[in-house]
Amino acid sequence: MIAELGHYALMLALGLSLIQSVMPIVGTRNNDAVLMSMAVPTALAQFAFVAISFLALATCYVTSDFSVLNVYENSNSAMPLLYRLTSVWGNHEGSMMLWVSILTLFGALVAVFGVNLPIKLKANALAVQAWIAAAFELFILATSNPFLRIANAPFEGRDLNPVLQDPGLAFHPPFLYLGYVGFSIVFSLAIAALLEGRIDAAWARFARPWVLGAWMCLTLGIAGGSYWAYYELGWGGFWFWDPVENASLMPWLAGTALLHSAVVMEKRGALKVWTILLAIVAFSLSLIGTFLVRSGVLTSVHAFANDPTRGIFILAILVCFIGGALALYAWRAPLLKQGGLFAPISREGALVFNNLFLTSACATVFVGTLYPLALEALTGDKISVGPPFFNLTFGPLFLPLLVAMPFGPLLGWKRGDLLAAAQRLLAAAVLAALAIAGGFALQHGGPVLAPFGVGLAIFIMAGALVDLAERTMFLRIPPAAMMRRAIGLPRSAWGAAFAHFGIGVTLMGIVAVTAWGSERIAALKPGGTIDIAHFRLTFDGTFVRPGPNYSDLVGRFTVFRAGGELLGAMEPSRRTFPARNMATTEAALMTRRLNQVYLSLGDPNPDGSVPVRLYFKPLVLMIWLGAVIMFIGGALSLSDRRLRIGAPRPAKAAALQVPAE
Amino acid sequence: MTRKQRRLTLIGGGIGVLAIAVALMLNAFRDSIVFFNSPTDVVEKHIAPGTRIRLGGLVKTGTLVRGDHMNVRFDVTDGSHETKVAYQGVLPDLFREGQGVVAEGAFDGTGLFNADTILAKHDETYMPKEVADALKKSGHWKDGYAQRAAMPVGGPNK
Repeated sequence: MIAELGHYALMLALGLSLIQSVMPIVGTRNNDAVLMSMAVPTALAQFAFVAISFLALATCYVTSDFSVLNVYENSNSAMPLLYRLTSVWGNHEGSMMLWVSILTLFGALVAVFGVNLPIKLKANALAVQAWIAAAFELFILATSNPFLRIANAPFEGRDLNPVLQDPGLAFHPPFLYLGYVGFSIVFSLAIAALLEGRIDAAWARFARPWVLGAWMCLTLGIAGGSYWAYYELGWGGFWFWDPVENASLMPWLAGTALLHSAVVMEKRGALKVWTILLAIVAFSLSLIGTFLVRSGVLTSVHAFANDPTRGIFILAILVCFIGGALALYAWRAPLLKQGGLFAPISREGALVFNNLFLTSACATVFVGTLYPLALEALTGDKISVGPPFFNLTFGPLFLPLLVAMPFGPLLGWKRGDLLAAAQRLLAAAVLAALAIAGGFALQHGGPVLAPFGVGLAIFIMAGALVDLAERTMFLRIPPAAMMRRAIGLPRSAWGAAFAHFGIGVTLMGIVAVTAWGSERIAALKPGGTIDIAHFRLTFDGTFVRPGPNYSDLVGRFTVFRAGGELLGAMEPSRRTFPARNMATTEAALMTRRLNQVYLSLGDPNPDGSVPVRLYFKPLVLMIWLGAVIMFIGGALSLSDRRLRIGAPRPAKAAALQVPAE
Repeated sequence: MTRKQRRLTLIGGGIGVLAIAVALMLNAFRDSIVFFNSPTDVVEKHIAPGTRIRLGGLVKTGTLVRGDHMNVRFDVTDGSHETKVAYQGVLPDLFREGQGVVAEGAFDGTGLFNADTILAKHDETYMPKEVADALKKSGHWKDGYAQRAAMPVGGPNK
């Protein structure tokens, strides 16, 4: 009954989305306020019905209703409640439900919070949002219905893919989707502006909170996925340049570029045409990511099922939306007026620099990810484009960006003074130079570039602090006045400094792990020891520990400092899931400040020894900590009052003027 | 600077960065691409020793030998031909005799394939796509393979 309810609610949502996708547009064409105002209630009702549908599916999972095929295939009554819940989106059908739920959620949010939006822009944007929703709802109903029943309900389900039975799954996919789908609003706003043929600086102000929100969630989603891969796959890597990862990195890069170009558009009225294009590209890359991951083109944990009709359906959605949007852009963009003059050395110039390099880096990822697929389709040759390719292309393009990053915020609008900015960054540069010198002094045989990487990370972090110090006139005015300045500073300035600082933190972690991480592989018998960095591990033996729907073969290790001090125990395990007859490696992690010791077990050898893989990961936690700092920066920027106020209205404009940056 | 000069700077900068990106990509494509080969391809193509390739097929049953210092040797087969592979390290969770495998590495002078990476690249139904295609090509594909959802997941692929 509940499953049928969910199915029916989804069909109703599709009907509503069809109304929502036509009526408001007809309204804007004929200046019919009634038709335009239909967008808001239909968006809310559509979300309500999709939410009912999603909750119905979740209920089937939580109550282990194995008469529903989707639940039978992906759940098991022995699983803990958390995993029964997360397995809702741990499969193709359910994850598409999550996608559509978030899509309609964003539509509803625009309907509720978009009170500042001009009525035509809002009506058109909600209509475009409904096109996307209708396409995906149709996709679910036609090819991926999660509510199908089985005639003779089995007693037990087939269990969720064991690698997905992890708390990380409660967190990573929803955030990633919030990020992917968040760009849909920006896309809808861009298409709405193109339909109207009218765009001004205020557009950037309307779009900015959505770009920021999507970017924040995507940042956290990618970081969460990276941490999951790090501890769950048992290989201790944080980024593999796997196509699935690249699929999430591309919208992030385009979204980051969009975030910066929108600033120029909002403050200076320039880069309008470019910003609109980026808005289209960011969501297009999200769609391509969905296609790559969900269609079975790529083999991965994320490719839940290889059903060709689904791939073709998503491809059709892809071609319609991306092709349609770009065609509309080509047709309408020349009508948009360009504005705003600036010198190459200026804040605008720095942001253009940022955009050029970010989009070029994004393009290299795009080519590296899609070239093997294109080549195989054309010639049948199978190639793999791995980390070496991206290190040789993405790295060199990202480097200038990182070096330039601290300079950007210190340059003035319109015409900046590079020399003055460089002088202000002197302190940061000195710190960086000290770090480089210190790195060379302390390093024994590590890569030559590593100290420079650390220096760059320090430069970026210190640069962000210099930016804040300059704005608050740190040490140049009395502390009380400084505090007042700090409080009066626009939150977006704090946000930018935090986000830039976060990049430095992540870079530091990446450099440290890559350059100074160490790895040991050995086959140990009980009583054996293994050393790494300044730790010594003793293997005490193995024992079996039963779990709810699995059983663990646990290896127990005692960890000592090299001096002999006892630090604790580590218990990596091999986890066997009888329902699927599969095993996973559960690595053990010991966190010492920002460093981690990482230990995973292999299959026991016939002679009783157990292969172990042991890593020392210096400063590894900084990689994800940086992402969290970026998220906080985004949140600070999102709380900036100029976003809450919206476009200045003539009467209040003078009173609410934000201090110029 | 006049308006025209500013615009030219912008366009020139854009083209410049794009040109750098293209140059970097072409350079990287020349050096860092790894081709996938089945044992039959290896026999037919005469791959030079030292060239990095990915070798894919089934681990031939009965050929897996575990030596000291975590050295392992096994044969990879696509039904028509076999290639001997040596590897040192911990094998991924899914590695079993009779199952699909993708190894990355290079041949030494004697025809032995020295793998430095054993990939566990597959989906739930457990069969690396490249291996499945190679088996189909050599005519040794059995429909049962796709149903063997029996193997663990792991390795540097998500």
